Amino acid sequence: MHVDVNMLEWARAQFAMTALFHFFFVPFTLGMSFVVAFFETIYVKTGKEEWKNITQFWQLLFAINFALGLSTGIIHEFEFGTNWSTYSWVVGDLFGAPLAIEGIVAFFMEATFAAISFFGWKRVSKGVHLASSWLLAIGSNLSALWILIANGFMQHPSNEFGNFNIDTSRLEMVNFWKLIMQPVAQVKFLHVVSASYTLASVFVLGISAFYLLRKKHVEFAKKSAAVAAAFGLIASIFVAVIGDDHAYEVTNTQPTKIAAMEGLYVGEKGAPIVAIGIPKDVPALSVNSNDQTWAFKIELPHLLSILGKHGSDAYVPGLKDLIQGNPTYGIWPLSKLADIGAQAKADLLAYHAAKAKGDVAGMEAAKKDFYSVVWSGPDGLTLRKCDLIGYGYFKNVNNPDLIHPPVAPVFYAFHIMVALGFWFIILFIWAWFSVVKGSFENSALLQKLAVLSVPLPWIATSFGWMSAEIGRQPWTVFGVLPTAESVTPIALANVQATFFLFLVAFVILGIAELKILFTVVKHGPKGAQ
Amino acid sequence: MTWAPNTVDATHFYLQVYWWIIVAVLAGLFLLMTFVQGGQSLFHTAKDEMEERAITNSLGRKWELTFTTLVLFGGALYAAFPLFYSVSFGGAYWVWMLILFGFVLQAVSYEYMNKEGNLIGKGAYKFFLYFNGIVTMILIGAAIGTFFTGSNFSFDPVTKILQWGTASDGFNLRGLEAAIDFRHGAWFNLAFGVLLFAVARVLGGLWLINDIDNNEFPELIARIRSTIKKCFVVLLIALLIVLYGLITMNGYAYDIHTGKVTLEAGKYLHNLLSFGAIPLIVLLLGLVLFVWGVFVSAFGTSTKGIWYSGLGIVLIGIIVVVIAGLFGTPFYPSYADLQSSLTIQNASGSKYTLEVMAWVSVAVPFVLAYIIWVWYQMKKNGPITKEEIVDPESHAY
Repeated sequence: MHVDVNMLEWARAQFAMTALFHFFFVPFTLGMSFVVAFFETIYVKTGKEEWKNITQFWQLLFAINFALGLSTGIIHEFEFGTNWSTYSWVVGDLFGAPLAIEGIVAFFMEATFAAISFFGWKRVSKGVHLASSWLLAIGSNLSALWILIANGFMQHPSNEFGNFNIDTSRLEMVNFWKLIMQPVAQVKFLHVVSASYTLASVFVLGISAFYLLRKKHVEFAKKSAAVAAAFGLIASIFVAVIGDDHAYEVTNTQPTKIAAMEGLYVGEKGAPIVAIGIPKDVPALSVNSNDQTWAFKIELPHLLSILGKHGSDAYVPGLKDLIQGNPTYGIWPLSKLADIGAQAKADLLAYHAAKAKGDVAGMEAAKKDFYSVVWSGPDGLTLRKCDLIGYGYFKNVNNPDLIHPPVAPVFYAFHIMVALGFWFIILFIWAWFSVVKGSFENSALLQKLAVLSVPLPWIATSFGWMSAEIGRQPWTVFGVLPTAESVTPIALANVQATFFLFLVAFVILGIAELKILFTVVKHGPKGAQ
Repeated sequence: MTWAPNTVDATHFYLQVYWWIIVAVLAGLFLLMTFVQGGQSLFHTAKDEMEERAITNSLGRKWELTFTTLVLFGGALYAAFPLFYSVSFGGAYWVWMLILFGFVLQAVSYEYMNKEGNLIGKGAYKFFLYFNGIVTMILIGAAIGTFFTGSNFSFDPVTKILQWGTASDGFNLRGLEAAIDFRHGAWFNLAFGVLLFAVARVLGGLWLINDIDNNEFPELIARIRSTIKKCFVVLLIALLIVLYGLITMNGYAYDIHTGKVTLEAGKYLHNLLSFGAIPLIVLLLGLVLFVWGVFVSAFGTSTKGIWYSGLGIVLIGIIVVVIAGLFGTPFYPSYADLQSSLTIQNASGSKYTLEVMAWVSVAVPFVLAYIIWVWYQMKKNGPITKEEIVDPESHAY
């Protein structure tokens, strides 16, 4: 059976749909688990019943969400096998190991202590209960760490921790420590968790403001808002700071992604950031000046070079340079990468042909060629033929624009995320000052803005995720494994059927969740005035 | 005993064996935890709202642990035997998709079932729990059955082309042939499915007898006891069919030095008798414990049966998985192309990965220890009572 393009797109859509549904619940869990632990800590310290009520109210909302997070998560894990079977075999060592570790060290912690935290209010001592709520939060966040280590590998599969084994035709782990300490994964983790704390804070602030606007549960709402404002202020500023580090990592490891994010077609020294704009998706080789590719734009000069390369006049390559090459800056053309990749692929096949015949000399020759160094950097980094084998499987050398992600969706997703990130900082600075001054209760405008902001962090986190993952295309493992080579060979109708099966289930359960949440919010916390 | 590795890397081989044993232990623990699914099939024994909520709350505090065990089971297979993850999930597509669908539905049901505004009504969520408790269990059993009867695939390790034999180019429900293709052991797979369901249902009943206050719910407990007894008959019949199949069928075998796969009469019986018949002895011990638990709690009045039967099923699960994959046995055989069969050697991750994961596995006893501690904390104040169910502060369902 052949892999048809249509099926590939459906498999991607199925995965994207599951990932997006799952990612509605993940950041809420990561953030709210800490918010609940904060409230409970205050309860245990003060011993006041009202803080217990506050804790239990937010915990109820958390638990309702938690269930659907698990539900969408399990299918997500197994979809790597069902729909991306080639991917799972080729990179299973590097990708499966962090997933298994997540299960052992993090997920069990999360699920086990959730049982005490949810159901143990009257069954265990206060201290054990509080510890369980904290362990639930830590377990959830550790889960995110391992998942993002796995994801970091997909974004930047360095040969320092992964090596293509010619015998098994797979990418295998060679250095576990370097895998877990990869900077891409570390900044990604910090960015995602702090964004999640921001999301939870906006949620608590917004619901509290909703009660204040209606003059209901006023004491409850003031106390909740105070905690949310402080947590949100710290978190939202941290998101931006670490987001800057993240952008630096992306610029230096995934040049096609950053170029698409910024709509940069022709590389520039002192490249700008387009603050607001309407980009066009055009064939990169037809572009001679970046001004051709915008319907409209407002630029912040030099900023991309400063943020991405830490130099105001540093050079940032554009999509055209990444396709046709730019000798001035040592950028190889796609054709050369594809050529080396094809040689690596030929070596691999020659090796196995020789192996089948028992031709030891032939095997050695093919192996030597396969691992030969084609580039060495000043800092000891090297690039071998085998590291570029993915380009040998890249089928569309004749349509080179398929080597980079589409510009418009990545640009919009990224820029809307950034804009919302700045709005959250403003919102929390404002909220924090008004809480400190004691005026939050009376500031109707701020309260209304807080209520209206409740859905926004979900948009921001989803768009962030989309810019990262669409931006990684056309690779599942950047530069190593093309998406088209990763998919399970299966007939289209099956993928479509499961797509709709899960879509219908998630939509119905998602609406049910929202209805339950709204009902709980409408009833409000018990015992509060 | 002929499987001391000479021509393969010894350390790699022993790591593969080690990881298969971990997979076996996880499978045993998962089987124990399916008391949640079995309990879900027992909702019909509740005759009023309060009885039903007693069942919901008892199971609702434990379902996440079953779920997590399944996730870890997937993760461990992914890291240690990635080719299985690739071939089986990508190949037997519909079996796994339907199994997962059952868990997707289950995950929300406890939390949403008795909440205001749940959109589709309590009945729908109860149906989801039944579906997960019955259909999902039978499908999991049938999927495990293929570890012995084989599947219809071929795989080329160099080109990585996976062919699933029966698959047409249209909508083809591939994977479900495990339960409908009687020329290739569907009878065995289905019996395995029914067995798994019956085991889960019996364990579920034993759990509820232990976890729900017997004095406050005497009629419910009596109904559960009588249901378990009937189910136990079904269990014994399914067990006999499975044991008959295991002992008489042509099993799959492979040479650990050359990797060549052959058919061998009585292979699984030979495996049980390997190592001085230790697998057989442990299997029988597990069966005795399991039956003893049923005897004291279903036929007698003890509430402790779940602990005996639970330990018994863990032992049985471990042995079933061990004989499916060790002693030169391909654990995921292909009847379409014998040489494509997956073994712990050809399906495993690299030596380095297994080494790293072996270090990580040191954490497993600690995880088990805190799970047991939490379990104890939640149970030390006695079983679930009416008072707790109606208490608004107990997050009761």
